[in-house]
Amino acid sequence: MGLIVAENISKDYQVVATKVSKDYGGGDVVVRALRDVSFEIEPASFVSFVGPSGSGKTTLLNLIGCLDKPTEGNLTVVGTDVLKLDRHESAQFRGDNLGFIFQDFNLIPVLTVYENIEYPLIIVKNTPAGERRKRVMAVLEAVGMVDQKDKYPDQISGGQKQRVAVARALVSDPKLVLADEPTANLDSKTAYTIINLMKKMRDELKSTFIFSTHDQKIVGEAEIIYSLADGELVGKQVKGGKQNG
Amino acid sequence: MGNLFKIAVRNLFRYKRRTLLTVSLIAIGVIFVLGYISISGSFKNMIISQITGSMIGDLQVHRKGYVASIENLPLNMNLKPQAVKKLESILSQQSEVEAYSPRIKFGGMFSTFVETTNIRLNGVYPEKEFKAVPLLASRITEGQKALNKGEILLPELLARGMKAKIGDMIVIVATNQDGSVNGKQFKVGGILESATGPGGRDGYVHIEDAMEVLRMGETEISEVAIRLKDFGKVEAFTEKLDGLLSGEVNKQGKPAFEVHSWQQLSPFYNIARMIDMMTIFIQVLLIAVVLISIMNVMIMAVYERIREIGTIAAIGTLPTKILSMFVMEGFCLGVIGAVIGNVIGAAIIFILNVSGWVTFDFSRQKGLVLSPTIDPMNMLVISAIVIFVSVAASLQPALKASRMEPIKALRHV
Repeated sequence: MGLIVAENISKDYQVVATKVSKDYGGGDVVVRALRDVSFEIEPASFVSFVGPSGSGKTTLLNLIGCLDKPTEGNLTVVGTDVLKLDRHESAQFRGDNLGFIFQDFNLIPVLTVYENIEYPLIIVKNTPAGERRKRVMAVLEAVGMVDQKDKYPDQISGGQKQRVAVARALVSDPKLVLADEPTANLDSKTAYTIINLMKKMRDELKSTFIFSTHDQKIVGEAEIIYSLADGELVGKQVKGGKQNG
Repeated sequence: MGNLFKIAVRNLFRYKRRTLLTVSLIAIGVIFVLGYISISGSFKNMIISQITGSMIGDLQVHRKGYVASIENLPLNMNLKPQAVKKLESILSQQSEVEAYSPRIKFGGMFSTFVETTNIRLNGVYPEKEFKAVPLLASRITEGQKALNKGEILLPELLARGMKAKIGDMIVIVATNQDGSVNGKQFKVGGILESATGPGGRDGYVHIEDAMEVLRMGETEISEVAIRLKDFGKVEAFTEKLDGLLSGEVNKQGKPAFEVHSWQQLSPFYNIARMIDMMTIFIQVLLIAVVLISIMNVMIMAVYERIREIGTIAAIGTLPTKILSMFVMEGFCLGVIGAVIGNVIGAAIIFILNVSGWVTFDFSRQKGLVLSPTIDPMNMLVISAIVIFVSVAASLQPALKASRMEPIKALRHV
């Protein structure tokens, strides 16, 4: 598959959004979920999009994750103009470059912890068995779930499920990890643990982490914080100083 | 592929009760089809072997035009000695032929000196006839299982109606080709059980006695019944023999012989065809059962796992792989149902075979015991149909799953 590499855009950025807008609906009723959003995200960043419900966080993460396409504007993810990808190419791009962590964990209930983490390597990347085992055990160890590897999702706690989800997102060594409200279904203590785990994994693997949250306590853990309100980017805060968007 | 299979099996076990119901439905369908095929097939084969083995043979050769007038038993349409010689010479060279029996068929009057009635008779060489139609001996219910000169094998209904018993003397009177009438006394040597089909209520005499009654100087033959070593080759051999005899022409330059297989001579062939049609109909029913049950269960599976489909699509699973995952589930359901159905079906057929529970009456034949058998090829074909239909039925839900937009699927509640 020949992915379309965006011209004139520096590959130093993992994500470049230029005047990105997203409309939902059609006919007389059109809802503008995002309005002229522009930003850049550097590799190995730990970035958070914050804002109240309906501010456009999930919509933006869906666009970056190639699960949806902008109505207007340009969007480059990992050096690829994602607007030009068709359905099949989008799926392949996600498998090759992105990792996802969901609010509800979204583990496959019929697979064990080990098999859930192994899934992207088998079904998506066709990784050889030996290499697969090595990588799965490495991430299992990193997220502290080696002891639970043979359990099924319904046999572990919410925090453990999210650890597995983090491991699954990282096992294929993605350039970018997207997490939509990853701590929304967790208690505060577990939420911090998960965020710190994500940060630790970022430090080890040098993947870029982008997560959305409306939890102000968790937001503080991000190194770069983009604020959204009513679909517009209203602020950017870099740890140690503040820049207006 | 192995991993897709593993995931498919685990998904099926996720909804144990539903999977069990679907597999049971498929298995029951397979059992019924196998049962029907084995019983109807055995019935068909039994009747065919009765008809061919006790009366008409696997195929027959007549003089051209004889079969069209067979109800009249026309003596003037018999095969002349030279034609018979030629025919016997050809038949004796055919490796497919087990035995053949020339017959003189004629009608006459049967008298017990008290009462008189009509009778249809076959003049035969007993040793040849018993080889060409070996079940004839088993139809002799009273008397010795043989036919001697001067004796007659009487059909049971006629014997009962005329109160004729073994050892009684009776008279046969017949009109010969010239129109003159002749009679001969016979001793009742045996009573023949009636059988279904043409010739099932005919009597038998020795061919030399028949020639004497008919005042025949030379042996003129009405028909030659042929038994093959392999019954399955009837159609092929009929065609072959027809080809071999087509070169034989009469004085007018027209074909001298006509060859008919049992199918063309026995009305039971139409019943056999109807049984085959019903077998196809039963298979169509099975297809419908499998199609509906698999489609139903797969539609439910897709509907219940929309978020899961969204997740695997989001993490990069290609649509074709998602399609394969669901098709694999349908395939597994079909395979499990077919295997269980075949095992139970074969066991039931075996039990029916050993127990002899399946009995039936056919025409005047009472208490016939069926021995249901099933050809392994039939089991394979039924299994292949079930598996193919299972895959086909799961295609639509699988396509739906593979075409789902991940973002919509993830939002599904």
